[in-house]
Amino acid sequence: MKRGQSFYRALLPGVALAVMGALLLAAARDPRSLAAPAAPAAARTPAQESAHATVAGDDKAATVAALDALLVSRWGQAGIEPAAPADDLDVLRRAWLGLAGTIPSVEEIRGFEADPGAERLDRWMAMLLADRRAADHLARRLARPLVGEDGGQFIVFRRDRFIDWLAGRLESNEPFDRTVTAMVANSGLWTDSPEVNFITQAMADGVLDEDRLAGRVSRALLGQRIDCAECHDHPFAPYTRGQYEGLAACFGQVRVTGLGVEDDPARVLSIDLPPPGGDDAGGAMQPRTRKVPPRVPFGTEWLPTSGTHRQNLAAWIVDPRNRRFHRAVVNRCWAVVFGRGWHEPVDDLPDPPEEPEGFDPGDPVDLLAADFRDHGCDLRRLFSILTRSRLFHLSSRHPLRDDAAGNKALDAAWAAFPITPCGPDVMITALVQATSLRTIDRGSHLVTRTIRFFREVDFIRDYGPTDDANGRREPATIPQTLVRMNGRLARELVEANPFTAAGRIARLAGDDEARLELAFLAMLTRRPTPEERSALRSLLTTAPSRAEGMQDLCWALMNSLEFGWNH
Amino acid sequence: MRHLTMHPRRTWCRIAPLGLSFALPALTSRSGGLRGSERPTALVAIWLAGGPSQLETFDPHPGTSIGGPTQAIDTRLPGARIAADYPRLAECLDRFTLVRSLVSREGDHERGAHTIRTGYRPDPLLRHPALGAVVAHELPAEGLELPRFVSLGDDPFPSRGGYLGATLDPYRVTVPGLAGQNLVPHVGGDRQLRRLEAVDQLSRSFAFGRGAAVLGTLDDHTRRAALTLMESDQLSAFAIADEPESVRTAYGDTPFGRGCLVARRLVETGVRSVEVTLPGFDTHAANFSGHTSQAALLDPALAALVHDLETRDLLDSTAVIVVGEFGRTPSINPLDGRDHWPHGFSCLLTGAGLARGRLVGATDPRGEARQPSDPIDVADLAATVLAAVGVEWAREVATPIGRPMKLAPGRPVPRLLADRG
Repeated sequence: MKRGQSFYRALLPGVALAVMGALLLAAARDPRSLAAPAAPAAARTPAQESAHATVAGDDKAATVAALDALLVSRWGQAGIEPAAPADDLDVLRRAWLGLAGTIPSVEEIRGFEADPGAERLDRWMAMLLADRRAADHLARRLARPLVGEDGGQFIVFRRDRFIDWLAGRLESNEPFDRTVTAMVANSGLWTDSPEVNFITQAMADGVLDEDRLAGRVSRALLGQRIDCAECHDHPFAPYTRGQYEGLAACFGQVRVTGLGVEDDPARVLSIDLPPPGGDDAGGAMQPRTRKVPPRVPFGTEWLPTSGTHRQNLAAWIVDPRNRRFHRAVVNRCWAVVFGRGWHEPVDDLPDPPEEPEGFDPGDPVDLLAADFRDHGCDLRRLFSILTRSRLFHLSSRHPLRDDAAGNKALDAAWAAFPITPCGPDVMITALVQATSLRTIDRGSHLVTRTIRFFREVDFIRDYGPTDDANGRREPATIPQTLVRMNGRLARELVEANPFTAAGRIARLAGDDEARLELAFLAMLTRRPTPEERSALRSLLTTAPSRAEGMQDLCWALMNSLEFGWNH
Repeated sequence: MRHLTMHPRRTWCRIAPLGLSFALPALTSRSGGLRGSERPTALVAIWLAGGPSQLETFDPHPGTSIGGPTQAIDTRLPGARIAADYPRLAECLDRFTLVRSLVSREGDHERGAHTIRTGYRPDPLLRHPALGAVVAHELPAEGLELPRFVSLGDDPFPSRGGYLGATLDPYRVTVPGLAGQNLVPHVGGDRQLRRLEAVDQLSRSFAFGRGAAVLGTLDDHTRRAALTLMESDQLSAFAIADEPESVRTAYGDTPFGRGCLVARRLVETGVRSVEVTLPGFDTHAANFSGHTSQAALLDPALAALVHDLETRDLLDSTAVIVVGEFGRTPSINPLDGRDHWPHGFSCLLTGAGLARGRLVGATDPRGEARQPSDPIDVADLAATVLAAVGVEWAREVATPIGRPMKLAPGRPVPRLLADRG
């Protein structure tokens, strides 16, 4: 493993030369187009056209209006005025961070600003949702609760394949219930049928841990921490150890061999019994076991009996009557877009309201869950509704943020856009994007993506692990701050050469004002305020060279709090 | 380091972006006036990553069906023979307690590493803090400008602060011995000051209309702590150039040897919790030659560390634990390797409140009995180590969702603790 990595690292200089060549060609082809505002876009790509058509002819408006009304009523109850509307560029940035895990490139900002339409934000967000960058990022975010962050067992668990598979399903907007069914119920080899990595994630030391799968199902797909009942009956909810074991037993037929994941109808889950006298009795190394039949913790009436245990479980999870499934998915997606779930912890939702057809008028998750269910578990539609909501378009600034109590009340009422830190994976992607004026995506040159991959590995090693499975993120630590200030990547990214934003801005922009503006757009997706212009201009004017001044400016922008937070 | 000497101490920290007061207490962490066990306690954890074979390290069974070619030598610890690849350790084994009967329930690297480092089995709902993070959290370190918890070496499964927070994640130095990591600014002098002033201006802009939210990020506080660290005199603990050549040679001129030497220097400086990782023990193939190579790194470094701590009067206050995530099978596979075996493996303990000169437990020389005699559960080992450095191991702390959690799941094992008094 190590030897492999150092081999690739040894290749880096060559790869870097190649990418420099490629960028040089690109720069030669189009030297100034990004340094100046673009003319209104004359021609659109087919993808842009189809995104446009989707927005114009959709039927989401009613759900968006209902969601907005629900929030207005909540603000009224709290007696809090909502924040002012955010600038379009702020909304663009948070859409890119939330949905694609990166920031818009200057190229994209120029295109956006050249689009005169009144609904340009909707259009551009629809375009982004159809972009592979969004599929990749959302797949990583949604995969965390499904397969966790641990490395898992070598060979039989391939997280990368699972995430790629999930991204493919998101890109083609496959109904999410079918995606869930595939990963819970399918058989096959972890390489050819990547969805079965959902099962093999639970392999430890050659043995399948059915409990872990029961935990994943309960938290990621039902929004219930039934797995607390692995050790004790749930303190607040009516879950028992027996129910939890029954859920685990739904995976009791699974056999994992060199040929892949399969079901053996003859297998039944056996559970070790504690030694007589309890866990502390000691000396009990000969476990006694009992057999556990499959069982679901609620809604037994919609559990089929005709298939394998896993097929039955999958059908039960995605059954239209299982509101916990839809609510869990919606709350998770809410957290992806707004930084935290409407319900927290994001994987432990209150029970759905009693009435079978209606929804809780105080709970947007319930409203959106009904929409999600009624529209074929369409994730893209869900993200589209969330990002078209009024909340998504509110400023994160608010007078109440001036003191801690007001700030807390504001967040509780969802009366301003929440401020949340970016995780390390988003941070590195945004950093690399910020230092290139052009969009970096799957269409980028392979060498650019290769370099990004290895830089990402190094950066995440130094910066620390990603946020936990529930998406909780903490403010930057001292070592993380040191990486951003003094790390090797930081040095490379702000270097002013013909291939970085710093270098190209220094060379191409007409004067210092234009340079300031371009650097702000590239890093913070906004223009500098008058105060910032007057305070930061001196970085450019007093530096011995234009390149040095640009490096200092880019370094400061990259190390600003604003860069690392979604706001 | 050359940039750092150009400026008076804490020049950069004088910038006060959001007007927070930030005063550092006087240096008291070295406690130079105290002796022996009166000194502030510390923990040095040596993680042998990959799962070292007990049979090729501290529990050889030469001449048996499971022993392989490994030979044993006598040691200064009565009754304990260890692998012949460890001659220097054999000379000082009486300073340690050797446990040959550790028992874990996790035979997977990642899960095993989590269990041995935290005492807890992996919990999907909660990430437990590593022992090192608990020690750093529980033991005060007044005047310390260095991070409270430092990890040296390239660790495949880095320790975490877990529910105690990311600020308890260790500061990682993957190539120890030269300097700390990411501590040297790209530019020096006034240019760095200009850059920092620009960051300060940007912070003020961002804080407008977001004041309390920005304060909650601790961004300003954290950056200033980072700048303080960058200028700290205590950073010299990370560099070993000023150590006599004989000392450096004794530890071994290897990344692991340098890591152990830096660990000693960090403890002297007042860091309460240090880890040094030696990867490379996962010998599913070529187990015997693999372990001989590893021994060449581990034997001198460990012997030198304990000798050094003892001669500097630091051993009575510094607990040292040497262990991997599990051991390896008694049986030898067709690739001349051994596979994972969490059912009876070895560890070395010494220092602070840990017992010395004891031999605990035994594995079956024929490899037939799965369970060792006198088994020690890894959960109890965790509680023992915490107790040995004076951490209230049974204290319950609240996790972020308010779930009460004991710092260690097990109970201290009296025979692994020194008789005090």
